[in-house]
Amino acid sequence: MAEDWQEAGFGLYVHWPFCQAKCPYCDFNSHVVANVDQSRWADAFEREIARYAAETDGRVLRSIFFGGGTPSLMQPETVARVLNAARAAWPFANDCEITLEANPTSVEAARFGGYADAGINRISMGIQALNDDDLRRLGRLHDVADAMAAFDVARTLFDRVSFDLIYARQEQTLLGWKDELRRALDMAVDHLSLYQLTIEEGTAFGDRYAAGRLRGLPDEDRAADMWDVTQEVTSEAGFAAYEVSNHARPGAESRHNLLYWKSGDYVGIGPGAHGRLTLDGARWATETPLAPGAWIEKIETTGSGEALRETIDHADRLAEFLLMGLRVTDGIDEIRLSRLGGDVLFNNISKLVSLDLLERRDGHIRATPQGRAVLNSILREILSD
Amino acid sequence: MTDLSHIRNFSIVAHIDHGKSTLADRLIQSTNTVAERDMKEQLLDAMDIERERGITIKANTVRIDYEALDGQTYVLNLIDTPGHVDFAYEVSRSMRAVEGSLLVVDSTQGVEAQTLANVYQAIDADHEIVPILNKIDLPASDCDRVAEQIEDVIGIDASGAIRVSAKTGVGIRETLEAIVAHLPPPKGDRDAPLKAMLVDSWYDSYLGVVVLVRIMDGVLRKGDQIRMMGTGARYGVDRIGVFRPPMTTVDELGPGEIGFLTASIKQVRDTRVGDTITHEKKGTETPLPGFKPSQPVVFCGLFPVDSSEFEDLRTAIEKLALNDASFSYEMETSAALGFGFRCGFLGLLHLEVIRDRIEREYDIDLITTAPSVVYHLYMKDGTMTELHNPADMPDLTYVDHVEEPRIKATILVPDEFLGDVLKLCQDRRGIQLDLTYAGQRAMVVYDLPLNEVVFDFYDRLKSVTKGYASFDYQLVGYREDNLVKMQVLVNDEPVDALSMMVHRDRAEARGRAMCEKLKDLIPRHMFKIPIQAAIGGKVIARETLSALRKDVTAKCYGGDATRKRKLLDKQKAGKKKMRQFGKVDIPQEAFISALKMDS
Repeated sequence: MAEDWQEAGFGLYVHWPFCQAKCPYCDFNSHVVANVDQSRWADAFEREIARYAAETDGRVLRSIFFGGGTPSLMQPETVARVLNAARAAWPFANDCEITLEANPTSVEAARFGGYADAGINRISMGIQALNDDDLRRLGRLHDVADAMAAFDVARTLFDRVSFDLIYARQEQTLLGWKDELRRALDMAVDHLSLYQLTIEEGTAFGDRYAAGRLRGLPDEDRAADMWDVTQEVTSEAGFAAYEVSNHARPGAESRHNLLYWKSGDYVGIGPGAHGRLTLDGARWATETPLAPGAWIEKIETTGSGEALRETIDHADRLAEFLLMGLRVTDGIDEIRLSRLGGDVLFNNISKLVSLDLLERRDGHIRATPQGRAVLNSILREILSD
Repeated sequence: MTDLSHIRNFSIVAHIDHGKSTLADRLIQSTNTVAERDMKEQLLDAMDIERERGITIKANTVRIDYEALDGQTYVLNLIDTPGHVDFAYEVSRSMRAVEGSLLVVDSTQGVEAQTLANVYQAIDADHEIVPILNKIDLPASDCDRVAEQIEDVIGIDASGAIRVSAKTGVGIRETLEAIVAHLPPPKGDRDAPLKAMLVDSWYDSYLGVVVLVRIMDGVLRKGDQIRMMGTGARYGVDRIGVFRPPMTTVDELGPGEIGFLTASIKQVRDTRVGDTITHEKKGTETPLPGFKPSQPVVFCGLFPVDSSEFEDLRTAIEKLALNDASFSYEMETSAALGFGFRCGFLGLLHLEVIRDRIEREYDIDLITTAPSVVYHLYMKDGTMTELHNPADMPDLTYVDHVEEPRIKATILVPDEFLGDVLKLCQDRRGIQLDLTYAGQRAMVVYDLPLNEVVFDFYDRLKSVTKGYASFDYQLVGYREDNLVKMQVLVNDEPVDALSMMVHRDRAEARGRAMCEKLKDLIPRHMFKIPIQAAIGGKVIARETLSALRKDVTAKCYGGDATRKRKLLDKQKAGKKKMRQFGKVDIPQEAFISALKMDS
């Protein structure tokens, strides 16, 4: 019998942990470092890829994703070395999606050509806002004109270009957002990520918020209004949500991210990267050290960048399957849910169906539009005893 | 065995925070009763809760040997009594065991309501009273004014009041001398049959029940066979002793002395405070007058948040009850809360102390239901039943009328806050009985329904007077009024733990306030929730808690799966802290908070 991960495939995530500046809202593993010895980093990535290749012989790679930090600070040669190592390790699927996250500045746009030559075929740009005041408040180093210019460069070089916006910002009005979103949709090629600003602990925004100095954030009702408007405007433009925060024209969805949401297997390399691997029938979670220095030294001294490898038990597998899978508009496959031991949850699921928060159709369980807005509560309810 | 003329027995009367425990500490310290290294703040307050809240709950005793200026050594027995109104009963019985009192008044504050309540008990017990003006080290101290006030308000001579700073030690020697010079020695006859007063008793995990006694006549020795005249129980005395303050055994206790005995008594309930102890053979014929047993006046339900902890709760309650005869309990079943206990307390502080001890010492999370007083229901068939729990209110067609307990409340308050205090009392259905002035302070006396006071009256009083008012009360009896049971329905299901008795005229306002409060206290759910207050079948107030609209993580990719899963586990654990009523989760703090009125 096929293993469950094969329903979604196999991918590679590469984490580049460096940024030019730390954004005040970001809780990703990022570090500001003046000089990075990129060839040393390429060596480390190559060794990690070779190590995982030995464990996953014969798998076909469906996607690669360079995330960060700011992967557009990587030299094209570094990217090329990683991709060459991956090609040597696994056969690529014909339509293998290879994405790199980029900041929209002219310096970085100058490297886009090199990335295309190395094999990158999709760019995801962190534009974040289409007005300069808000970009400054979000601590971004670019302005709207920079972003537009970089976006134009990307469009000429890549078939697939996506960008991110953050909304529910300080002092943002519903009308202002609607207008900004329309402009974004005019620009968009076929994919857009729209994130509600989340105040995370341990970030500059988190500290300011705790001290009561982050004003003008929307309350739950206003945030919900913005969410509703977002769904409405994007649907009208043919960019309906295919995941909580991701919108695409049909067929242009991010294959790599779908692989996460549909519980595929993925190798995660780089500081703080997580992986999921099904080996000998068990599903394993891997983690690496968060600090860049710790990660690279670990590889150089021990030959492995892994700080942790542990099996995920049935209950946790089921929880992950649900919490990732219900984010997707298509929902989860009932047969897979049953195979993972989810039959015990059908009573809870039925209650949520009767509240019109979940629906069952075509062998799938999915969140209804209003359900998707309260997915965290739904998950607590589904998984409650 | 000390000669009667060299014994002085006394208590200290004071308002809370006027420095009673600190003064007791200094008296103990200055006579070297306790070695310096064993000295700690508020030595006599044994429980953590007593030290934390700065209150004395149980009466405590210490025997001090004092070498007076006349060269003689005196035995001074101090019984430290609770200052809070809930424990007034403990005060009154302790007073019966001694001949005099130190009246401690904070010289920066003046006479307060509890000072009055307690000093009247001392006067009732025929005490000699030595006034003490404390905290003279503070700049705001005004001894002349306060002495005058003591004379005006209490009516005792304060011209010789001793000026003390218990903090710095000034006036401690003078206080000790005054105890010897002004307080009378006890009376008693060594050769008469044994007559001892059972002042208090408590459970000690090593010794079993310890009985605090005051010998009136005769001599008590180790090994004696004794009889409790009230209960008829007989015991062999295992051990007798005194408190220094650690328990120290002695060979005998003679007339006028205060000490303890242990006698293989199983539980505190086997002893009756106020009982007379005598010898089994050749005992006295005439018992002491005795005391009325204390009656619980406030009842509430205590339920474990986690229903699997019911047995642990039972154990905790049984253990606490062993040491506290004034605390009553019986099992209760609630449709919504499952198994728990209906408990009776002397007052709200007593309730809070017991609840805190269960949560802290036994680590059980509790849901406390609306505190209720005891109502008298006069039924159409002519019988009267006591109602301890509003949930048990019978159908109105069987009830002729309802009576509620009333109190006489005495409030002392600076002039400038008088208006707010009068308004508060009026709002709580009070009837003004008296209003007098003593200098800048007004003394108001109100007749108030106890049910308007038990919950948050004291908090409100402190808040409207910025903490300057003091308050004391005594129960005065029952009176009929138009009282109805108000139910609260959450998502159309009655929540019996929130049922309460209210005055009909105030029901709408109360119901509205309650629904508004609950709307804030209950988190939004995935569906909208009506919250209603009703009398009988009639809805008198309604709020709607709208459905949750937004609760979703914006970003969740491969690196987030582990973290989000762990977060979900944590949230599920948090959900267990709430209680489910039908489909609705109500946080445990909602039960108490919903009842607090803002005005």
